[in-house]
Amino acid sequence: MRFGVVRFPGSCDEVDALQACERVGQAEILWHGDRDLRGVDAVVIPGGFSYGDYLRVGAIARFSPVMESVVAFAHEGGPVLGICNGFQVLCEAGLLPGALLPNVGLRFLCRQLDVEVVDAGTAFTGAFAPGDVLSIPAKHQAGRYYAPGEPRVVFRYAHDANPNGSSNDIAGVANEAGNVVGLMPHPEHAVDALTGSTDGLKLFESAVALASA
Amino acid sequence: MRARVLIRPKAGILDPQGVAVERALPALGFSGVANVHVGRLVELDVEDPGQLEAMCEKLLANPLIEDYEIVHPGGKPPGDPPLRSRPAAT
Repeated sequence: MRFGVVRFPGSCDEVDALQACERVGQAEILWHGDRDLRGVDAVVIPGGFSYGDYLRVGAIARFSPVMESVVAFAHEGGPVLGICNGFQVLCEAGLLPGALLPNVGLRFLCRQLDVEVVDAGTAFTGAFAPGDVLSIPAKHQAGRYYAPGEPRVVFRYAHDANPNGSSNDIAGVANEAGNVVGLMPHPEHAVDALTGSTDGLKLFESAVALASA
Repeated sequence: MRARVLIRPKAGILDPQGVAVERALPALGFSGVANVHVGRLVELDVEDPGQLEAMCEKLLANPLIEDYEIVHPGGKPPGDPPLRSRPAAT
């Protein structure tokens, strides 16, 4: 199982994502200007501030050459995980429904949160059971999810502790097929007991289990 | 041709920046202020103003969460689409 982690100008969590992937398989960085996905089995769009978050979060990254290939890869059923800014990029790219708006409090949020698994049937949640609660950090300024209709909810902020005004406490969603998942909290920062939690590792393990099934 | 695109949060979607400004103004002694919304302005020179609508739909605005209004300083060219103001989808 080989993961590809996209690096945009302004990405800042791609190395943590790479190291999280390397705990469960192989991983390499994919450069944003390169259309070649190098035959990876799954793609991670990491957190950060791609293209400075100019115009709107994720708006410019969406037109990056690598994203053309990621969109095609996702349409073929390839597993794609977007974390934080990656989630915003996947929404702008139309791979996930909805959009991320500035937090209700207008403040940058940075804290460890409990996140409940709602849907254990996606490419990145197969190792969970619905109702499982993960302790993982969130750090963002535009995490207020909004979508018309009823998106496929994968993660919710637990205990009614909604940190950003996200509609229906939504922390993460999937596309209808379940192969594309995006979430605002950061599982890749919770893969080592040294930093307080290893709960995030299971997302990456889920993708490996699916690939080897 | 010089054009301006005004982009604002779609009606019905909470605009915390607008709320913050609306609350700040009375604190400075300005009374009677309501319905404050904060958006952004994009100014650009375009050879073909007919492309502005597509530019807005594809990049300058996110029509899911934002309304946009194309302003031509020299008046609206014939056939220009009307001011966009669609209600938020629910």
